[in-house]
Amino acid sequence: MPLLKVTDLRTYFHTRNGVYRAVDGVSFSVERGETLGIVGESGSGKSVTCYSIMGLIPQPPGRIESGTAMFDGIDLLHCTPKVARSIRGKRVSMIFQDPMTSLNPYLRVSDQLIEPLLIHEDISKKEALAKALEMMEAVGINDAARRIHFYPHEFSGGMRQRVMIAMALVTRPELLIADEPTTALDVTVQAQILELIRRLQHELGMAVIFVTHDLGVVAGLCDNVQVMYGGRIMETAGARALFHSPMHPYTRALQRSIPALQPKGVELFTIPGLPPDVSKAIPGCAFAPRCGFTADACTASRPELQEASPGHAHACVRERAGEIKVETL
Amino acid sequence: MAENILELRDVRTYFPVHSGFLVKRQVGAVRAVDGVTLSVAQGEVLGLVGESGCGKSTLARTILQLVPTTGGAVILNGRNLGEATRAQMLACRRNLQMIFQDPYASLNPRMTVHATLAEPLIVHGICRPSEVQGRVDELMERVGLAPRFAQKYPHEFSGGQRQRIAIARALALRPKIIIADEPVSALDVSIQAQILNLLSQLCRGMNLSLVFIAHDLSVVRHISDRVAVMYLGKIVELGPAADVIDRPRHPYTRALVSAIPVPDPDIERTRQRIVLAGDPPSPMNPPAGCAFHPRCPFAIENCSRAVPPLIPAGPSREAACIRLDEIA
Repeated sequence: MPLLKVTDLRTYFHTRNGVYRAVDGVSFSVERGETLGIVGESGSGKSVTCYSIMGLIPQPPGRIESGTAMFDGIDLLHCTPKVARSIRGKRVSMIFQDPMTSLNPYLRVSDQLIEPLLIHEDISKKEALAKALEMMEAVGINDAARRIHFYPHEFSGGMRQRVMIAMALVTRPELLIADEPTTALDVTVQAQILELIRRLQHELGMAVIFVTHDLGVVAGLCDNVQVMYGGRIMETAGARALFHSPMHPYTRALQRSIPALQPKGVELFTIPGLPPDVSKAIPGCAFAPRCGFTADACTASRPELQEASPGHAHACVRERAGEIKVETL
Repeated sequence: MAENILELRDVRTYFPVHSGFLVKRQVGAVRAVDGVTLSVAQGEVLGLVGESGCGKSTLARTILQLVPTTGGAVILNGRNLGEATRAQMLACRRNLQMIFQDPYASLNPRMTVHATLAEPLIVHGICRPSEVQGRVDELMERVGLAPRFAQKYPHEFSGGQRQRIAIARALALRPKIIIADEPVSALDVSIQAQILNLLSQLCRGMNLSLVFIAHDLSVVRHISDRVAVMYLGKIVELGPAADVIDRPRHPYTRALVSAIPVPDPDIERTRQRIVLAGDPPSPMNPPAGCAFHPRCPFAIENCSRAVPPLIPAGPSREAACIRLDEIA
C-alpha cells in the first residue's frame, strides 16, 4: 500500500471574478522512501496540490471540491481536525519556498524547533531541546548549541532554510513535502541544501514530495516525476524515462526551452501563447491551445492520464493514437 | 575586434556604514564593487555572473551612475561619466539604457504602454509629437507586441509581456548599450526562452551591446559572447562564455559550474560535484588575500597573503588565482 494516495483531487477558488480551478482532478501516489518530483510553471497547481494535502488552503475562498488523500489509511481531506492535527507536523511535514517569511521573527529558533515536539510528543522541554539540537547539527549548522538560541534574522538565507528543514524533520516524519525549497537560494547554497535533503532522506528513510520548476533539480533528486499544467497532470514517469523518452508534447517543449540542453547560439524553442486561464472551464487538453500538434480530438474531450508502459503515464491522445512520436520531436 | 563602447577602469563602489546613536561615525564600508576593469565591444554580449551579494547589481548601477563611484572610471564612448556634467550625462543616458529584473516593479502602473514608451522620446526630443505614435507602434512590433495593446496598463499583461514592454522602453532611444539586470530570472522557463531569443535577435539586428547580468550560468552561456565571473566585488574569471563555463579554471567558477544541476538524470547522478562549505563572506570585512580562500578547496597559505591579480589563463582568458597551473 502506498504511503500517500491522492485520488481525483480538485481544489477550486471561488472569487468574485469566477471559479479558479487551481487543481483539477489530480491523482498520484507516493511509496515509502520514494522521492516524487512535481514540476510545472507558475500557476500549474503544484503548490496548491501540496497545500491541499496539508490542509493549508484558506477556506473560503478555496474549496476542496472532490478527492481523497489517503495517508496510511487515513483520509487527510475528510478526517476530523483533531486527527489531521495529530498527523500534520508529526508524520507529514512541509518546508516552504521562502525561509524569510516562514519562520516567526519574534521567536528564538529554539522555541520554534521544539514546538512540534512539545505538541506531538510527551516529553519535557529539556529533552525536546536536546532533540532539536541534534537535528540542528544534522542539518549542518556549526556551533549549534549556541546558535539554537538565535533569532531567525541572525541567520543567512541558506542557514534559515536549514533551520526550516530541521524544524520539519525534528519529529522524524514519514513524508516531507518540500515546496520549492531552493528557489530563493543561490546555486552554491542550493547544492548544499539538495545534498542535505538527499542525505537526511537516506538516514531517516522518509518519502519526499519535491515541488520545483527546475528540471535540473528533479533530474538529480527524484525517483519519479510528474509534470503539471493548468491544474492537471500531463505526464508522470520515472526520472530517466521522463528525460529520455518523454511522451507528452508539453514535457518535450519544456525540455527544449531550457538553454542548458541546447547548443549555444541556436534559437531556443519557445512555447507560443500564454499559460491557461484556469478561471474558465477547459473542455479538452489544457495544453492544446499552445501545442504544435493539436487535432480535433485534443479539444473534444479531456484526455485522461493513462499508463503507456509500466510506471509511465501521459495524457496526450495523439501520442497514444500513434499519430505523433513526442520523443523524436 | 570592434571598438570598445564601454570601458571600466578599476571601478570601486563602497557604501559607508555608520554607527552610533546621536553622533554617527563611519565605522567601515561595504565594498560592493572593488576594483573592476572590463570592456564591452560594439555589438558584444557580456555576461556577468555571481552569487547574490557579489556586487553584480551594484556594478550595473555604477555603470549607469545611479550610485556614486568611490574610485575608478566608467568610460562610455570615450567620455568619462564620472566627470560629465548633468547635461552631458543626460545626453549619455540616451546611449545607455537598463532593463530591470522585476517587470512588475519597473513599470509605472498608472501609465499605459503608449505613455511609457512615448515618455523617453519626448524627454529627449527624439521626434516630433506627430511622429511619436508611429515610433511607439514600431517599438511594440519590434519586441513582439501588437500595437493595438498600446492603451493598456501594465497589470493587464503577463510577466513575459511586461518584460517586453521594459525592453521596448530601453530600445526607445536607440541606445548603443543596454544593461540588463537579471531580466529573465523572474520568468517561467517557457517565457524565459522567448525573452532570451528576443534579446539575441535585437543585439544582432541592431548591433547593440548588452551587459547581461544573471545568476543562471546556462542562460548566460547561451546568450553571451564573453562572461565575467564576480566574487565579492571582484572579477575572478573572464573569457569567452562557452569556454569559461565548459572549462572553468578559477576554483570559484569550477564550484559555481558544478553547483548547477544538469537536466539529465544519467549525468546528474554520476558526475562529481564540488559542494562549497559555508556562505560568501561579508563584503564589509572581506578575508585577506584572495576573497575566496576560506571556501576554496585548493587554498594554501600564500592565498591569504595578497589579492591575486587577473592573469592570462588561455586564449583571451584571464583568471585571478595564484595556483592556476598547479590545479589545472
